[in-house]
Amino acid sequence: MIGRVIVGLLVGFMTLPTIVVVIASFNPTAILAFPPAGLSLRWYENALTYPQFRRAAVNSVIVTGASALLALPIGTAAALALVRHPLRGRGLWSAVFLSPLIIPGVAIGLGFLILAARFGLLANHAVLISAHTVLVLPFVIRSVAVSAANLDPQLERAAASLGARPGRVFRRVTLPLLRPGLFAALLFAVIVSVNEFVVSLFVSTRVTEILPVAMFTYVVNYTDPTMAALSTLFIGATFVAVFLTDRFLGLSGILHIEDHR
Amino acid sequence: MTAKTVVALEGVEKAYGSVRALAGIDLGVIEGELLALLGPSGCGKTTTLNVIAGFAAPDRGRVLIDGADVTTRPAWQRGLGIVFQSYALFPHMTVAENVAFGLRERGVAPAEIAASVTEALALVRLPGVATLRPAQLSGGMQQRVALARALVIRPRVLLLDEPLAALDRKLRESMRAELKEIQRVVGITTIFVTHDQHEALGLADRIAVMNAGRIEQLGPPREVYERPATRFVADFIGASTLLEAHALDARTVEIGGGLRVDVRLPRPLVAGERVRLLIRPERVELGEGAGMLAARVSGVMYLGDHTEVQVELSSGVRLLATVRAAPPLGPGDPIGVRLPADAFLEIA
Repeated sequence: MIGRVIVGLLVGFMTLPTIVVVIASFNPTAILAFPPAGLSLRWYENALTYPQFRRAAVNSVIVTGASALLALPIGTAAALALVRHPLRGRGLWSAVFLSPLIIPGVAIGLGFLILAARFGLLANHAVLISAHTVLVLPFVIRSVAVSAANLDPQLERAAASLGARPGRVFRRVTLPLLRPGLFAALLFAVIVSVNEFVVSLFVSTRVTEILPVAMFTYVVNYTDPTMAALSTLFIGATFVAVFLTDRFLGLSGILHIEDHR
Repeated sequence: MTAKTVVALEGVEKAYGSVRALAGIDLGVIEGELLALLGPSGCGKTTTLNVIAGFAAPDRGRVLIDGADVTTRPAWQRGLGIVFQSYALFPHMTVAENVAFGLRERGVAPAEIAASVTEALALVRLPGVATLRPAQLSGGMQQRVALARALVIRPRVLLLDEPLAALDRKLRESMRAELKEIQRVVGITTIFVTHDQHEALGLADRIAVMNAGRIEQLGPPREVYERPATRFVADFIGASTLLEAHALDARTVEIGGGLRVDVRLPRPLVAGERVRLLIRPERVELGEGAGMLAARVSGVMYLGDHTEVQVELSSGVRLLATVRAAPPLGPGDPIGVRLPADAFLEIA
């Protein structure tokens, strides 16, 4: 009985902020009051028509798309190397690749800021894209490494013995068998990149800033429920993405170890 | 007409770190034969197979196929058919796609591929599963698919890595006969790796017994069993009792405790020399009567079609004997033992 109460409280505590945001987004007045005085969709309209949000959304698509596109092949190569080859200093390599998980975003952001200023790239998407690539790499490597570890090297030998040259072995055997890991990697990369804030704040300008940064800037200047509306849309979109992935690709299959043998 | 050597290994050495996997292998595999690489795990038999297949590069020595040096040729250019212990069927492809893999890589026309796949699946007696995935098949069926996939490319040599190890016993025995039949029909030169002496004895035309990275003996099953060249071979294939003896004259030895027996060896002995003699348990005769050595039963193991009996001679020497039909014996029972003069083998 007590156990159930504790679990109930915990679940409530975890979901409460989300619920508060969702409810507050329907507030008709221009203050972030809770509970709301009525029901209105005006802040949704504002969120969707505010020019800076539109620009930031486009930036988000560019940055997330490009960094995912870069991180996937780099991360796949790194994961295969780490899993397959008895590299000298394997532990060190894997620590380097996974370090963005541990190093504070402030440090990474500052580093990219200094580099960007040095090369005069501050107004360019390239800085945000490279920063995001670095940040999502650990997730890509981890996901692909799980699939790679489950891939029986004998399968590649079998393909080779049947006359497939190395490139063909990769395309016809390795890549298809890494597919679950690659999907998981893509999902993680998109979620991490879309939500990334700390590092992005350092290297964003008004022109290149992505949605979370634009939202932060907005909330600093205005206190109306537009933010709550946008957040609700964000939450909804993430839910839909995860739901669709689970429905059509089997999220459990992607996130868990799949045995091919 | 001399037999043609298809695969030859010349002085092949291979080390993994400080472990010497192969310590100088010389081997010639003859056209159409079924050769077994037999030995305990870690003896180098799988490494030998990997060197032939092109999955491992030898540190020293050469690999020749049909007289051509292929030592540095990558696996995909060697044109060998390989059946892996785990079968290594592609899980994301159907049975037909698995079998067709090698033909597609060779750019064979689709219509021809379809015909060859059907033919290969018929050869391994596995029709009607073409559209299934490997995971939907039993272990025995997967093994047949792996065999069909390896044979359909008409390889110069077929390599089998512990082909029957993953099957249960009943299936293993029927598959053994079938494998031999398929090999005979196709007439393909075959090398297979096994740690199972029965598999090697029953299947192979010749056996290479391996130990510690070397070939201890190479010969037909009967020769390897009946005339083991080394103590290792004698120990590894079949049970046996080893006796330390010294010669009294050309044809008589003493086997401890003053016990004299007559032996008939290929060479005359020199009085006083020490010899190591080996006797197979099925050549040790048990019974009663005159001329038999007095002994006692010290252990009995009933195994259905035969019984293993451990006997101890009055001199203290222990021997292992197998008998087809034995009267019920118990430890301590007195029994007579006869050691036929031609039952002894001399071991180096």
